[in-house]
Amino acid sequence: MDTYVIRQVSVFSENRPGRLAAIARALQDEKINILAFSIAEADGFGVVRALVDRPDRAFERLGSLGFNVAFTDVIAVKMRDEPGGLYEIARILGDAQINIEYSYAYSGKEAAIIILRVDDVQSAIQVLLERGAGIMESSAFQ
Amino acid sequence: MTRIWDPRIEEMPVADLKKLQYKLLKTLVYRLYSFSPFYHERMKEQGVHPDEINSLEDITKLPFMYKSDLRDNYPDRIFTAHRDDLVRYHVSSGTTGKPTVVGYTQNDLNNWTSSLARALVSCGLGRGDVIQVSYGYGLFTGGLGLHYGAEKIGATVLPTSVGNTERQIELMQDLNSTAIACTPSYLLHIGEVAEEMGVSIRDETSLRVGILGAEPWSENMRKRIEDWLGIRAYDIYGTSELSGPMFCECTEQNGFHVWGDLAYVEILDPETGEPLPPGEKGEMVITMLQKEALPMIRYRIGDISSIEEGVCACGRTHPRIQRISGRVDDMLIIRGINVFPSQIEYALMGVPEVGRHFMIIVDRKGALDEMLVQVEVSGEAFSDKITDLMGIRRKVEHRLRNTLNVAVSVELVEPGSLPRFESKAKRVIDRRRL
Ligand SMILES: [Zn+2]
Repeated sequence: MDTYVIRQVSVFSENRPGRLAAIARALQDEKINILAFSIAEADGFGVVRALVDRPDRAFERLGSLGFNVAFTDVIAVKMRDEPGGLYEIARILGDAQINIEYSYAYSGKEAAIIILRVDDVQSAIQVLLERGAGIMESSAFQ
Repeated sequence: MTRIWDPRIEEMPVADLKKLQYKLLKTLVYRLYSFSPFYHERMKEQGVHPDEINSLEDITKLPFMYKSDLRDNYPDRIFTAHRDDLVRYHVSSGTTGKPTVVGYTQNDLNNWTSSLARALVSCGLGRGDVIQVSYGYGLFTGGLGLHYGAEKIGATVLPTSVGNTERQIELMQDLNSTAIACTPSYLLHIGEVAEEMGVSIRDETSLRVGILGAEPWSENMRKRIEDWLGIRAYDIYGTSELSGPMFCECTEQNGFHVWGDLAYVEILDPETGEPLPPGEKGEMVITMLQKEALPMIRYRIGDISSIEEGVCACGRTHPRIQRISGRVDDMLIIRGINVFPSQIEYALMGVPEVGRHFMIIVDRKGALDEMLVQVEVSGEAFSDKITDLMGIRRKVEHRLRNTLNVAVSVELVEPGSLPRFESKAKRVIDRRRL
């Protein structure tokens, strides 16, 4: 199961100009590739979430610059690239009482891929596999 | 080890001490009336003559002195010693306008040093201790004051002054400092830098005592410092107008002893100027009983505290002043409610999800005051979930509202982004144009 768990890097950031650039520059300095990312904003602050090819190095580098960094386990699910593709995955998880905390898109080479943060990662992987959904292995990213 | 530096004075029966204070006050008032044009004039304006001072309580008949008296008479126009008798100057930085200059005769320096000798011994220091003085040396009184006090009791002084924190930590380890004298916020900074260097102050140094002052701090902050660094933290009090740092807590850690032969403290209602009974919080007014070069009579120092009289468990008979709980002029009035930055510090100490540092920004939107408090999210508390972060913010807002009785908005900021203060903390930005 762990072959499917991807370690996403989450960074606390104030909503002010230049913070995202500072994060991006730090990763670029280390030649870390950002494969997918999203920003969740609240009033005054936000969380930058990123899938990177070398999460440990990213964690270390951002931490040393004083950022609040955390690892969060996410999964990457292949969607049928047609209407209803997302609904299908949401229904599978919903049926199993698994809550999607947030999601964002990743444009893969062959298929549309959605990054999911759920409240129960292990059960989500199990039920998605049982119902025939495709999950990307973490080695595809990291 | 010496337990009490000067037992004859420090354990003097309360009644004798009061008699001594009265004698010193009477002499002082006569001296000033005769030799200080400034104070002579003040007394005349007030309509009081030295003959009317016939008890310690009669001190309330005397006029007040203010910080502005020193500024207005810059640099030395109210000094009462001949210039040739001065052996030192200190200058306090003028955060609000002109600086103030204080001068010392040899007796003034001797009294200052013995005040600190008593103070340092009262918190368990003495010969064999290595005292790292991390207050600024120079025009500021902190460094040199502690320096001579520490030498007086036979301790070894490590005069590191402020700054170059990594070197401070290396020297602390290499020379086995057992005590450090600095501001509480600088000690927190030292603790943080030590952790970054992989040094545990608690386990890898000999540090056991902190002599902390020159800025307001709280009981919660004491607990945090003591638990984290494995030391005993003592509150030290003073300002350049009193000579410098003067009075420190004894090992009872229950307020600092004010040596009655050197100073007399009144606690007054800041509004009415009426004396308040022991235990009640009010404005401290200090009379220095033996200063020669720059006497301070009924000096409205601007700090808020309360006094405890009676013999301390340590055996000393001199009154104790509780930790300063605010400044008369730092007091913010938010929607008609008195707010002290120290209360905010106190409230934040109870929320481990946010760091120790904060800034207060006050603004006025329309007719309403708005107070914003910025805090840093601690590394351990950081969650990827926005709802968790919002929860931390709500928790801080709730706690501040309960402590201050006024609504506060809280802004979460990145760790390390708020200013660190090495000497006096300036944590309030008031943008109101009143
Ligand atoms: Zn005591």
